[in-house]
Amino acid sequence: MRKNMSDNKAQRRRGRRGPIASVALILVGLVATGGAYAAFSSASANAAVDLTSPAVIEEGQKLFAANCATCHGQQAQGTENGPSLIGVGSAAVDFQVGTGRMPMQMSGPQAEQKPVQFTDEQTQALAAYVASLAPGPSIPTASQLEGGNVSNGGELFRINCAMCHNVAGAGGALTEGKYAPELTGVAAVHVYEAMLTGPQNMPVFNDLNLTPEEKKDIISYLSYIEENPSAGGIQLSNLGPVSEGLFLWIFGLGAIVALTVWITAKSN
Amino acid sequence: MSSVTAPAQSGVVGKFSNYLDERTSISGAVKEFGRKVFPDHWSFLLGEVALYSFVIILLSGSFLTFFFQASMTPVHYEGSYVPLKGIEMSAAMASTLDISFDIRGGLLMRQVHHWAALLFVASIGLHMLRVFFTGAFRKPRELNWSIGFVLFVLAMAEGFTGYSLPDDLLSGNGLRIIDGMVLGLPVVGTWITFLLFGGEFPGNDIVGRLYSLHILLLPAFVLIFIVLHLMFVIIHKHTQYPGPGKTEENVVGFPVLPVYAAKAGGFFFLVFGVVALIAATVTINPIWNYGPYDPSPVSAGTQPDWYIGFADGALRLMPPHLETYWFGYTWSWNIIIPVLVLVLFLAAAFAYPFVEAWVTGDKREHHLLDRPRNAPVRTAIGAAGVTFYAVLWAAASSDIIATHFKVTMEGVINTLQILLIIGPIIAFMVTKRIALALQKKDREILLHGFETGRIVRLPGGEFIEVHQQLDAYDRWQLVSYNDNAPIMLRPNPKGKITGGMRMRASLSRFFFEDRIAPVTENEYKLALEHSHH
Amino acid sequence: MAKNENGTADIVPAGSAEVTGTGVVSPDAFTNPGLPPHRPRITDLDPKAAKRAERVVYWLFYISIAASVFAVYAYMFFPIEPENIHSVRMNTLYLGLGIAFSLLAIGIAAVHWGKAVMADKEAIDYRHPVRGTEETRARAVEIFRESDEESGFSRRTLIRNGLIGALIAFPLPAIALFRGLAPMDQDPNNLLKHTMWKKGTRLTRDPQGTPIKASELTIGSAFQVIPEGLVDLPEHEMLDEKAKAAVLLVRLKKEDLNWTSAERESWSYDGIVAYSKICTHVGCPVALYEQQTHHLLCPCHQSQFDIANECAVIFGPAARPLPQLPITVDAEGYLVATSDFTEPVGPSFWERSK
Repeated sequence: MRKNMSDNKAQRRRGRRGPIASVALILVGLVATGGAYAAFSSASANAAVDLTSPAVIEEGQKLFAANCATCHGQQAQGTENGPSLIGVGSAAVDFQVGTGRMPMQMSGPQAEQKPVQFTDEQTQALAAYVASLAPGPSIPTASQLEGGNVSNGGELFRINCAMCHNVAGAGGALTEGKYAPELTGVAAVHVYEAMLTGPQNMPVFNDLNLTPEEKKDIISYLSYIEENPSAGGIQLSNLGPVSEGLFLWIFGLGAIVALTVWITAKSN
Repeated sequence: MSSVTAPAQSGVVGKFSNYLDERTSISGAVKEFGRKVFPDHWSFLLGEVALYSFVIILLSGSFLTFFFQASMTPVHYEGSYVPLKGIEMSAAMASTLDISFDIRGGLLMRQVHHWAALLFVASIGLHMLRVFFTGAFRKPRELNWSIGFVLFVLAMAEGFTGYSLPDDLLSGNGLRIIDGMVLGLPVVGTWITFLLFGGEFPGNDIVGRLYSLHILLLPAFVLIFIVLHLMFVIIHKHTQYPGPGKTEENVVGFPVLPVYAAKAGGFFFLVFGVVALIAATVTINPIWNYGPYDPSPVSAGTQPDWYIGFADGALRLMPPHLETYWFGYTWSWNIIIPVLVLVLFLAAAFAYPFVEAWVTGDKREHHLLDRPRNAPVRTAIGAAGVTFYAVLWAAASSDIIATHFKVTMEGVINTLQILLIIGPIIAFMVTKRIALALQKKDREILLHGFETGRIVRLPGGEFIEVHQQLDAYDRWQLVSYNDNAPIMLRPNPKGKITGGMRMRASLSRFFFEDRIAPVTENEYKLALEHSHH
Repeated sequence: MAKNENGTADIVPAGSAEVTGTGVVSPDAFTNPGLPPHRPRITDLDPKAAKRAERVVYWLFYISIAASVFAVYAYMFFPIEPENIHSVRMNTLYLGLGIAFSLLAIGIAAVHWGKAVMADKEAIDYRHPVRGTEETRARAVEIFRESDEESGFSRRTLIRNGLIGALIAFPLPAIALFRGLAPMDQDPNNLLKHTMWKKGTRLTRDPQGTPIKASELTIGSAFQVIPEGLVDLPEHEMLDEKAKAAVLLVRLKKEDLNWTSAERESWSYDGIVAYSKICTHVGCPVALYEQQTHHLLCPCHQSQFDIANECAVIFGPAARPLPQLPITVDAEGYLVATSDFTEPVGPSFWERSK
């Protein structure tokens, strides 16, 4: 599903950069408007695994020892290379591992999103193990992710999130090569977990700052704008005036200069 | 004396023309302008693009005024866009949302208006570059350059006031930046913002005030200056590129009626059509994403429209900590310096024709354009200016460059700071060298012909490539250009050499000391004889 | 000394230097060969091609009519349905395409008509010097001289100077009128130096306005904060006040915070610090908080502030640290301000240090 989604996205993005003057682009515009309905999907929490079962925790411990302990320490107590995971809760593990950020391949300005390394069951097992070490934020349930108030979510999103992630969730730059990632195509459960745990440089939005109800509103807003692409047409990656200006200079003026050449060329 | 004569023509058209002429003497105008000749070149249409975008802006803008409410009165939005329902916002924002989501064709007209505005400023810029690089601003057109420059500034002002009207988060933060910039100006800053915003920022008045500027005062000025600009185009007649049969005393091209009217008239529809096509398919300024203005939130990637980018970039490139307390007052150098840089840059663009006229002392009328290579230093100065502008412009998207090319924003900004200083110098030197090299190549081709690619073997066994001489028309194309040499410093009639004269002489050396003179007939004959040996 | 790369032409400008300035006119220059022979178009030579061009032109006009009709059709049959963004998209798209194609077809047809069908005859106009003829110029000078004579403009200096003085004075009332653009009874300096915060004002969440307990902030938390009572103000006053009073509240580990004085440290509460969100550069909200590096970034001009070091500027065009709001907790455990900001918030202004 995830693969499918990113394919679909890549296709749309290429379309945006295609030559505007051609009819093909209009077709892409149509595809973008109509097709985007299909593109969105919110992966909901996998409730099939019981995170408190000793068997699951034991499996998680094995996986942890093999894959994570080098940096985070045998007891998840943390080392020079990685922070302590005691008390981070299952939500943090599900976010970091579930989006492919962990295990990290190399150190850089920030942990990059990569293809996910573990199956859902393995991720759950890791989460169960870490959660068993000390209480912490846990993975939200499906009911925490749907049916919020879209306009309240929009307002909260603008106040708490848009400065880094952009008003349309297109992402933005941070200091020293870090960045706030694009939010389109991110599963609702991961958005929720990110707010709850504050991965990397993102601040923590605990339940006393943004209540579970408010988090749900924000997620509903994000799903709404993802399901309803711009009424104006191609969105130019939602980057605002910069992409609009570039588009106008390259395609708008480009087309018009081509026309001026045609108009003044001798007819043959 | 009775001037009544029988209608020259019968039939409806004839009668109507007669009716009109007897009341307007329009036949005189038709006689005068109907067969006026316009030269044909693609680059001569760029100014027309600007004119046509302005017409498109007027048409779409008038439609928008029927629905837009320039008021900051708070309302609760109850329109069709779900994620903003129930949110408190100004009437300006709410009515813009209504135009976008509740009026058929409203969003289309908004997008036509905004895209045409971007095109308006862009085409003015491109037109100015064409005029600059071909020397079309020389006598007698210096004043028309000034008028055009004023239009460029007015167009930016129109753009910025329009950008601010919807009172959304993006434009509100844009106004916040203007507020901060003006506040930083010495002596008058505090009071100017106070008066502009009708009290504290954001206040309750700014949208209404910008609206009167945007739809009344500024368009009136734009219109007046367009009329002046076009009047001078008619008085001067259009410039033309040099070529066989073209002289300083004639204009070669097509008559207004019918060919030019068909082409220029058709071009209006083409420009409008391209704008409509873009507006139908590509989103611009999605204010529903930005939400209503509120001083607390901001979006990553907050930028002005492209034509204000150079000013935003100038602000971004200032190093930290530039502020001093002198005589009990605060001097915000991080504002004053960029404002000065921008003012000086624009002043230089405004003054260039007068400076060049002074340096050359050339009092002749110039209706034949320069090919950019034939004025190497002017072309190089232009390239330096374009580079300077481009660096400032790039700086306005430093954050987006950082995320899209996976580099650090600090690295981008530091690099651009260095480029802002050395970029124009490098551009100047490289461009001048390229222009001179192209001039040399022209000489070479003229004197020795062009390579045909045909290899022949001489009786002696030697292989040579046959060079073919140009015909008289192509030769003229390469030799008919303005040649300048530095002035000699000679005492004036009073026997003195003044500072101004020295400066003029050294400037003329700067302009013309590297000089490639056009081939003369004798030179050509000598070269021909030489090649026959 | 001037270099001449090919050595033959004159260095000293030829002809009358009064007129040509730096311009050099070689006595031995090529002469203009005149217009090249006219080259006919295909449509001039081939009647079939001419016919075809004609057909293309009128068909394009017919297509334009069809596209205009389609645009009206699209207006009627792709209506906007309430709360349906897709319907807005379709309305915009099809109406726009109809209009675009109708315009483009007219444009292409007219240009093609002009290029391929209309007579292809180059024409020549002759230019005249822009300046008037000597006779006209002499007459113009004469007219000015006569009217000066008749009016006595330069002779009657008292009248003339009176006129000039009056013309300078008469716009002054217009300038005075501009004072009324802002309220007469306010001084911007006073307004810029004070915010809503005062001793005991609770810190509340933006936009809800609910108070915040110190215990609600975990390490790494960031709260967007407004003063208590702000939400109850009338809308436009609220925005004015919010534009000065917006605050970012974060909690760090106590040992991560460095202070220059014990007094400054007393403005924080157990690792919780509150800083003005209004950038000291030009006033954008600085709210991009990186919880690991403790850096604050302004998205408008990339100024960076270090919360661990009293929000000192570490990069970008800002000159001053963000002002800190002194805070403590009240008896119920809610965070409150202990005073207003101790310096004006936001961008610098001329009289700021007065």
